[in-house]
Amino acid sequence: MKEMPKIDKADEMSETKIAASKVQVYYGTTHAIKDVDINIQPRSVTAFIGPSGCGKSTFLRTINRMNDTIDICRVEGEILIDGEDIYDPKVDPVQLRAKVGMVFQKPNPFPKSIYDNVAYGPRIHGLAKNKSELDEIVASSLQKAGLWEEAKDRLDEPGTGMSGGQQQRLCIARAIAVNPEVILMDEPCSALDPIATAKVEELIDELRENFTIVIVTHSMQQAARVSQRTAFFHLGILVEEGPTQDIFTNPQDKRTQDYITGRFG
Amino acid sequence: MSDTTLSSPAASDGKDSSVPQKTSLYKEDALTKKRNASEKRFQAYGITAILIGLFFLVVMAYSIISEGIPAFTRTVLTVEFTVTQEQFDDAEGQLFKTRAYEGVFTEAMSQQFQEKEIAVPFDITAIERIVGKPGNTIRQYYLANPDQLGEPVEFELAASSRVDGYLNGRLTRDNITDSRFLMKSDLDLVDVLVEGGIIQTVFNWPFITGADSGVDNPGGAGIGASVVGSLFMMLVVLFLSLPIGVAASIYLEEFAPQNKFTDLIEVNISNLAAVPSIVFGILGLAVFIQFMHLPQSAPLVGGLVLTLMTLPTIIISTRASLKAVPPSIRDAALGVGASKMQAVFHHVLPLAMPGILTGTIIGLAQALGETAPLLLIGMVGFVARGYPDSFVGGFLDPNSAMPAQIYTWAARSDFAFYEKAWGGIIVLLIFLLSMNILAIILRRRFERRW
Amino acid sequence: MPVVWLILIVLAIAVVGYVLGRGRALAGAASEHVKLHSLPSYYGSNVAMKVAVPAFLIMVVWLLAQPIIVNNSVSGLIPETAIAEGSSRGLVLAEVRRAASGLDNAVAAGIMDEDFARNARADFNDITTRLRDAGQIVTSQITQPILRAAQEYRILNSTGRLLMTIAVLLAALAGAAWGILESKPNFRARNTVEQGVKALLIAAASIAILTTVGIVFSLVFNTIEFFRLYPALDFFFGLTWSPTFSGRGGNSELGIIPLLWGTFYISFVALIVAVPIGLFAAVYLSEYAGPKVRAVAKPLLEILAGIPTIVYGLFALLTVGPLLVSIFGPDGVGIMQAGTAVMTAGLVMGIMLIPFVSSLSDDIINAVPQAMRDGSYGLGATKSETVKQVILPAALPGIVGAILLAASRAIGETMIVVLGAGAAARLSLNPFDAMTTVTAKIVSQLTGDADFSSPVALVAFALGMTLFIVTLGLNVVALYIVRKYREQYD
Repeated sequence: MKEMPKIDKADEMSETKIAASKVQVYYGTTHAIKDVDINIQPRSVTAFIGPSGCGKSTFLRTINRMNDTIDICRVEGEILIDGEDIYDPKVDPVQLRAKVGMVFQKPNPFPKSIYDNVAYGPRIHGLAKNKSELDEIVASSLQKAGLWEEAKDRLDEPGTGMSGGQQQRLCIARAIAVNPEVILMDEPCSALDPIATAKVEELIDELRENFTIVIVTHSMQQAARVSQRTAFFHLGILVEEGPTQDIFTNPQDKRTQDYITGRFG
Repeated sequence: MSDTTLSSPAASDGKDSSVPQKTSLYKEDALTKKRNASEKRFQAYGITAILIGLFFLVVMAYSIISEGIPAFTRTVLTVEFTVTQEQFDDAEGQLFKTRAYEGVFTEAMSQQFQEKEIAVPFDITAIERIVGKPGNTIRQYYLANPDQLGEPVEFELAASSRVDGYLNGRLTRDNITDSRFLMKSDLDLVDVLVEGGIIQTVFNWPFITGADSGVDNPGGAGIGASVVGSLFMMLVVLFLSLPIGVAASIYLEEFAPQNKFTDLIEVNISNLAAVPSIVFGILGLAVFIQFMHLPQSAPLVGGLVLTLMTLPTIIISTRASLKAVPPSIRDAALGVGASKMQAVFHHVLPLAMPGILTGTIIGLAQALGETAPLLLIGMVGFVARGYPDSFVGGFLDPNSAMPAQIYTWAARSDFAFYEKAWGGIIVLLIFLLSMNILAIILRRRFERRW
Repeated sequence: MPVVWLILIVLAIAVVGYVLGRGRALAGAASEHVKLHSLPSYYGSNVAMKVAVPAFLIMVVWLLAQPIIVNNSVSGLIPETAIAEGSSRGLVLAEVRRAASGLDNAVAAGIMDEDFARNARADFNDITTRLRDAGQIVTSQITQPILRAAQEYRILNSTGRLLMTIAVLLAALAGAAWGILESKPNFRARNTVEQGVKALLIAAASIAILTTVGIVFSLVFNTIEFFRLYPALDFFFGLTWSPTFSGRGGNSELGIIPLLWGTFYISFVALIVAVPIGLFAAVYLSEYAGPKVRAVAKPLLEILAGIPTIVYGLFALLTVGPLLVSIFGPDGVGIMQAGTAVMTAGLVMGIMLIPFVSSLSDDIINAVPQAMRDGSYGLGATKSETVKQVILPAALPGIVGAILLAASRAIGETMIVVLGAGAAARLSLNPFDAMTTVTAKIVSQLTGDADFSSPVALVAFALGMTLFIVTLGLNVVALYIVRKYREQYD
């Protein structure tokens, strides 16, 4: 594993948004994630790559405790966000998830209007004091998700009636509306066509300005296009992590090299 | 929502709204606290709902058991005495023959009291109130068994239903009123007799094996005849609904083309499954009795009505079992040159059989508990008078069925019949329970996962 | 000859035909050195099928048709004058049938011989006396025309039976001959048999249609008969239900409104109990409960669905009713007169419907894709927020369908209201009053010896028709909604 640049304690706090150490995940008796240590920097895009079943999605879901919804799943180790352990008993996963939003593999808009889809998060978290504030949040979220022009005249129509790419951007808008600090994206483009994918990738690049983004992707090209740092997972182990450029041009580990040259995966 | 149009957000350089506010995750903010409280409340509603459901189940089970168990016991008065040939001839020579036997009986009673050193004054009318009229029972016995004359015979005489009620707690000294059926003073005698072991509580076999009794004799009512009625009905249901149901399912699942006729059948089946059972009773009354002149109150007619009612259930479950057999089995059979019909009957059907049987048993259990249609075809009232005297008679002679018999008892004005009704429910539930357990065993034993 | 014997004879011919057909096919194959087209058993089955199917078909049709024809021709024998005042042709015909069976029994008991029973010139008094001695006249008077009609009835019936036996046997034998002649090695026996089996399968499937047709016909004909005797407008809009048996029901007031009111009131109370409990139970079981709780609680709740309605009826009458009276009765709140009331029946019916609502809702909630839940949890929603704002709205159409099905159940439920609701038809708002329902009145009008020519009995068919149409409407709408809902997520 590549050494992180040596920095002092205060600096580390500002430079590291998410710090995971010795993370283990078990599904029943299966040891799905083994000893993962990783630091994720704020306001950047970090990509998790690796062959299917390598645990990259599982690890992603530990960051906002989505694994809590699976009965047999158990997480050990420590994940710090802004220096606070998210698995601390004092932490409410509901509050955590407001801070760490998530976008899923398949677009999953609720069977409600476009407006209500975006307004859902702000409503449950009480982010708007009145209707006009809510309207503003909805509009700005849709704008930031690049969906405003397409959606502004059909806010009352069901979100499920949009095209796949629009649905996924709606889901991103929905996640942004809660004003999270981190957005986790689990293969957000795998169900989209190339043009929609390009739009979403463009969006991710824009969002980097304000959010810490972690994206799981099975496409190495996508990782190369959108991310600043890349982590390679294999069989539940974090094999290598570093600046995207380095990982793709000069991998340190034999397995990383084999994977990016297409020898397995 | 009517129509929402939003103006483009005025100031959205994004900075102010999207700069993350630093809040600690360790501190539960006020809103989250409120939300978690509402979450707890919601969860509590769910648990409450389930507990209410289970509470009703427990209350019902308790009512059934506590009210029904007394039906399975009866109170008898056991007396051993000898009637000699002379006494017999003497009694038969009198005008009030049974009265004479009662004299013999009273004598024997007082003798037994002396032996057991019980000193309680009693007269024959008190005895009559306790055991009904024993004379007739005794006379009938000796008329039937003249060879027993001169031998000591132990008589088990059924106590009246009120004494029965006193001993199982239905009646107490406080709520009893003096009447020609039972005086308060009789209870002293009853207590003494119980102490002396002369009045005993024994298992009520006549309830299990007997037939219905008239409205004035709740003690003698039994459920046996209507169990037989139910049995014959179930035979009809089984032998009609299983083959018809399986044949219909095979057609719909394996052969039916996609056309209007098939749609019509499908729509009919799903709607019949939800038609109120009483409507099937009207169908039975109008078609089988009014139109075809089949005998009223006959288990055959009951069985036919219940068959029509059960068919949709059986068809739905049979189709599910046929669907569960993977298509590869059919392909394999067709691949070696079997016809479609052979593939279905030789391979698919045997594999689906456990599921079909399970569904059939559950359908039968449903039919067994059904009451409403039976009321309309006359299986109610004093119809379960005795056992049918032949196999064909079992189908054609008027009879009741368990649930209809329970209804008959529940509708009678004498409270003593309520106990019989609860007892009948226990018998009915035992049948249903065994059928369901059988179905579960079948499913467990033969369940196959593809 | 009893029908049972006829059935056995036809079956015997079928078995013989099976053996002969199979033998002939095998023999043909052996002598001509050709291969059989089908397995030998198919040739046999072909013969057996051709024996049994037409023969039994004739038998069933005959058995159905004969009583109608005989009744009609006997009915023509009875002069108008023989129908007493206040009676009807139907009643007289029933009397005729009773007299005929009395004659049958008398012959069977050896009191008179067959010729005597048939003899139309036999002395009327002689016959009636003999019948009375045999204990075969239990009802009122047998008049001369009735007795003659009864004799005619017996003669027609036995002639019909004889003709049927001949027709059935001829059909069986002809079928056997046809099948056996066909049994040559190159005959496609399997295909023929399979065609036959397929026809049987179709016939079995068509029974569902026949049942519906039977229901509709039995309701429609009697309802029309009822409306001939009682004005339809008074039935549908009458506010009073008071059947009287005097004047053969002529003075009855048979308005359905109070019955419908009772029906809907009780169903409403039942749904008020069942829907929240059932829905919350379903939400808890599918969203909150761990596998262990689910494995225990779900089957336990479903026991409630397996309990026969008579048990609920008794529970209402003997447990819940007295309990409610002790609280709301004269000794308590004082608004309840007796144990049988809308509340008693509604409450118990609600209990019965809990598992119905909960298992339907459970299915529907489980059909909402996991992705919806993930999306909501991912935004930081709590479980209850997810349930209330995402899952239930998504499942709403399905749940509405389930509630409609439950309502249809409640409206058609009989035993609970017969025992628990009371017998008085009443238009009242007090849920602790006794009221009665459509189903309860169907039972009370048709139990016992119903006289199918009086409006007091026939009204039950009009009630049944109303019930059938209301529940059918609810079911069709509900099934449509549920199906549309399922398609949405498939």
